[in-house]
Amino acid sequence: MTTAAKRLPREFRSPQLRDASVEFDVDKIRNDFPILRQRVRGRALVYLDNAATSQKPRVVIDAISRYYERDNANIHRGVYFLSEHATEEFEGARRIMQAFLNAADASEIIFVRGATEAINLVAQTYGRINVHAGDEVLITTMEHHSNIVPWQILCEDKGARLRVAPISDSGELLLKDFENLLGPRTKIVAVTHVSNALGTINPVQRIIEMAHRGNIPVLVDGAQAVPHLKVDVQALDCDFYVFSGHKVYGPTGIGVLYGKSTLLDAMPPYQGGGDMISSVTFEKTIYNKLPYKFEAGTPHVAGAIGLGAAVEYVNGLGMDNIAAHEHQLLAYATEAVSAIPGIRLIGTAKEKAGVLSFLLDSIHPHDIGTIVDQEGIAIRTGHHCAQPVMQRFGIAATVRASFALYNTRQEVDTLVEGIQKVREVFA
Amino acid sequence: MPDLRELYQEVILEHSKAPRNYRELTTANHRAEGYNPLCGDHFTVYLDLEGDSIRDISFQGSGCAISKASASLMTQSLKGKTKAEAARLFDQFHKLVTGQSPANGNRAELGKLAVFSGVSEFPVRVKCATLAWHTLHASLEGKQDTVSTE
Repeated sequence: MTTAAKRLPREFRSPQLRDASVEFDVDKIRNDFPILRQRVRGRALVYLDNAATSQKPRVVIDAISRYYERDNANIHRGVYFLSEHATEEFEGARRIMQAFLNAADASEIIFVRGATEAINLVAQTYGRINVHAGDEVLITTMEHHSNIVPWQILCEDKGARLRVAPISDSGELLLKDFENLLGPRTKIVAVTHVSNALGTINPVQRIIEMAHRGNIPVLVDGAQAVPHLKVDVQALDCDFYVFSGHKVYGPTGIGVLYGKSTLLDAMPPYQGGGDMISSVTFEKTIYNKLPYKFEAGTPHVAGAIGLGAAVEYVNGLGMDNIAAHEHQLLAYATEAVSAIPGIRLIGTAKEKAGVLSFLLDSIHPHDIGTIVDQEGIAIRTGHHCAQPVMQRFGIAATVRASFALYNTRQEVDTLVEGIQKVREVFA
Repeated sequence: MPDLRELYQEVILEHSKAPRNYRELTTANHRAEGYNPLCGDHFTVYLDLEGDSIRDISFQGSGCAISKASASLMTQSLKGKTKAEAARLFDQFHKLVTGQSPANGNRAELGKLAVFSGVSEFPVRVKCATLAWHTLHASLEGKQDTVSTE
């Protein structure tokens, strides 16, 4: 891209799409991620903790640096060149998010710190005015703590009841039970799109249809979904959709709350401050229009721009290509790890994305994590901020390998060798 | 590079597989619970104190090899000790696993507990090695709340 083209607002730039028919060249793609070139503990880094956070491609790191080196100014108020330009970049990132989720309007995209803040926002605004004593909030057993605790806080505050739809031994939502839990008292449903501990892809379309029959709005936690699946909020007809930027190759501290404008318009603000007002007197404050009503204070401008670059990077590779690569990799890893004696997989749903959770004999996951770390392998061990999932399976923790677009079969082979080392130590 | 064999010494592996004094102590007059929210490790330490002296000690719970072996060896080391001796041993043990090497004379005092010297090369595992000891400390102090490593 020429320097002149870089100065153009994003929507005027030529798309950087790679030819989708070109084979997914993972070795070439890995060169886009500087961190993957390093060695740790004398070994090539094998990063398999992508459900916790993903690594960043050079284009994201450069976009953030470029912003601070060239464009930094506060947005939405300066009348000078830099402020106008920073505002245009920030709002350009919003339009990239709109297209990414296929939202009807850019004003339905609220920039937040991450999925956690987005859920808290909905619980404390929509929830605060719509959930009352005796009402119910429906979630599922496989939620991350961030999609449990905000609702518990709300329910405790209001004297409402948190209902939990159960899951099967394979880690699939029991849809019949879910449907039976919907009732006239249910004021909102909050469900994860993809489970961070099990990898299960929930049938969110059907969940939303069921809830909408009773006019119950649905929040979908997409933190683990957007890196792996195409999401279309209009096709889903979901009411709220949330995700964190850092899990989809963007920076930390930035994320998105999508909400239908009719719902967002009727909600009170979350935080008060600058940018979320249109006029302030000591007698009365008039709130700003969407999306600014929910963006109090100077936002994470560099983060939004970095996330914009990340989503453009993903778009360039093509989500279908990414999903196909990851699907094959997960199938390969599932087969290879299952073949190790003493392995018990946790989460064997038919539809899965990105996550392989398992146990090895009675060896504690932390011991496994420490031993494979010596081979340069980064995996997550513990309860994955989903303690109710652990309780459901009667375990304290699991080992979790989670995959991203840059992972390879060789890395899976290294993981398998690492697990063999664990067996040797504990033989 | 830290050596795995230094961390997972035979004594540690053996105690993690067959922990000693692993039972509820019916004669206990003190007990405390310890919890590491990072990994979910959870132990209960039971004490039968006679005056200032630890007449009997046991534990129960779940955790990794390091935390379980540490709890097991702790109970072995402390039976018959006074509260002051236990506190002193905890101090020595803490120095050992955090790499503040105790003087040679003191290392001898640690006895079998010296097998945990490898932990100092694995800073994220220090909490595993000390969970049972923190729990013991709470039990001696008569604290009722669950002790957390955080």
